[in-house]
Amino acid sequence: MQKEREIIKVIDLRRNFTVGDETVHALRGINFTIREGEFVTIMGTSGSGKSTLLNLLGCLDTPTSGDYRLDRVSVKSMSKNERAVTRNRKIGFVFQNYNLLPKTTAIENVELPLLYNPGVTSKERRAKATAALEAVGLHDRMYHTSNQMSGGQQQRVAIARALVNDPVIILADEATGNLDTRTSFSILVLFQELHARGRTIIFVTHNPDLAAYSSRNIVLRDGKIVSDTLNPSPASAREMYASLPKEND
Amino acid sequence: MKFANLLKIALKALNNNKLRCFLTMLGIIIGVASVITMLAIGQGSKNSIKEQISEMGSNMIMIHPGNMQRGGVRQSADDMQTLEVADYEAIRDNTRHISAVSPSVNSGGQFINGNNNYPSTIYGVTPDYLDIRKVKVKEGTIFTDQDIKSAAKVCLLGKTVIDNLFPNGEDPIGRVVRFNKIPFTVIGTLEEKGTNSMGMDQDDVVLAPYTTVMKRVLAIDYIQGLYASAIDENMTDEAIDELTEILRTRHRLKEEADDDFEIRSQQELSEMMNSTSDMMTVLLACIAGISLLVGGIGIMNIMYVSVTERTREIGLRMSIGARGIDILSQFLIEAVIISVTGGIIGVIIGALASWLVNIVARWPVYIQIYSVILSFAVCTLTGIFFGWYPAKKAANLDPIEAIRYE
Repeated sequence: MQKEREIIKVIDLRRNFTVGDETVHALRGINFTIREGEFVTIMGTSGSGKSTLLNLLGCLDTPTSGDYRLDRVSVKSMSKNERAVTRNRKIGFVFQNYNLLPKTTAIENVELPLLYNPGVTSKERRAKATAALEAVGLHDRMYHTSNQMSGGQQQRVAIARALVNDPVIILADEATGNLDTRTSFSILVLFQELHARGRTIIFVTHNPDLAAYSSRNIVLRDGKIVSDTLNPSPASAREMYASLPKEND
Repeated sequence: MKFANLLKIALKALNNNKLRCFLTMLGIIIGVASVITMLAIGQGSKNSIKEQISEMGSNMIMIHPGNMQRGGVRQSADDMQTLEVADYEAIRDNTRHISAVSPSVNSGGQFINGNNNYPSTIYGVTPDYLDIRKVKVKEGTIFTDQDIKSAAKVCLLGKTVIDNLFPNGEDPIGRVVRFNKIPFTVIGTLEEKGTNSMGMDQDDVVLAPYTTVMKRVLAIDYIQGLYASAIDENMTDEAIDELTEILRTRHRLKEEADDDFEIRSQQELSEMMNSTSDMMTVLLACIAGISLLVGGIGIMNIMYVSVTERTREIGLRMSIGARGIDILSQFLIEAVIISVTGGIIGVIIGALASWLVNIVARWPVYIQIYSVILSFAVCTLTGIFFGWYPAKKAANLDPIEAIRYE
């Protein structure tokens, strides 16, 4: 594990917000390093700072102090546009509420990040999007629009969209929060499969049960890390998924 | 960012909201269609005025004896005898800006052919008169210079006169008609011209050599007027100056004396009529322009609502790597597509409406290319102008807040 390259290095990361006259310290000095191939869950209760951390890791926000290096490049000195390009090339987002474009087919949703990358031709775009949809097991739903799919399927499309630009890191924000237990596990199975294929994943959740399925668990409280534990033998989501009763549909 | 990609994104977004997109366009469609139609009607009436004037001879100049005071009494122009044949000859021989000139003397009276008679006017002119008034000989010939010298009793008849004197459709050429007991041999007929813009029958004429009318009909030694043609329409002013100078010299008028003649050109008439129709056009264009403005505000309104409604989508686009400029471009392109497509449809509807006005109301219409180009340019500018603010608002959204916007 130590030989793998560092994807994320966070050094004394702090983020303050000014609300009226008060200064809120959302993050009070965070340090960690995430290496290639890790599946990290970041947990914490509401107000623990995990959303702020996710925004920073996703290059949506800049820290007040401290440094954040993504793929060995410091994000702190980047301009707004440079951060947008970084998000486009190096990060794949998966959101709780999928955030697919309405009335748009699965393949078009998946192609979207590549449309913002002028270096990709339309042929490559179609090929990459098809491959990403196949990777999430939706090759037979490519031309279904968002409203023709179930929640689980929509989340798979969203994951395919996160994969399509071949990012160095996938950031999932409560990716199973809107799904029933059984579908949640099917998505977890997918994340574990991606992890097995070498993807680096950060999964932010408030659900402590999910920690068992990742290779590392970071717990935040009041803007600080209270525990950072490796999990050498993650539980298999597939077994759990198989043991759940099928719904009559 | 490739423009093709942005275009694709914008088209897709519009496609997702077809009805709203169309309703937004409606403002622009109505605006452009009315601009096109109004300008077409304005230009059409202008053209028809121009045509009517050019039918009378667009570069025609008329010279009449002018008012003059004699012993403190202002005289009626009709009684003036200030123009003479020598004036005509001087003009004919000494001008550079005039292509044709003819004296004019006329007399009303009864024409008689056997049992038929008809009151008309005999015009004493030279063959140049045909060019000046754009009259053509239909059958037969115009009289010759020899006829003028000898004051020959020959004439050409207009359609109305022929219809009344020869009701059974006989060939009038070679026949003799009498005018105030003077026999005239008909040597030709004139082509039909119909009524002019004032409603006057232009076919109710008889042409004869001016010498004949002067000596044999009226027994006068002066001429009642002169008709001339400027070389072309734009030379009218120069021609008028030249005529004025020749006549003033010949009449030995002192520097401070008023002209004893009056020169009028069709240009004055056409300018007067054009200014009326120009004013109408401007008025119509203003109304149409206002509806285009309202259409533009419609675009701004919808785009503004659309930005709020699509906040989550904008947040998502930003989180997957769209820069502010990409979002700005997308919304601007959407606005421009709406306005330009609306413009195209508006031009088509405007052309159809103009055609309908022409068919149903029988108003003359004429669609100018410039009005099409103008409304297109205005459309695009409207799109950019009214799309800018909402687009800027979209581009400045904070992705963190936008993505979680409910």
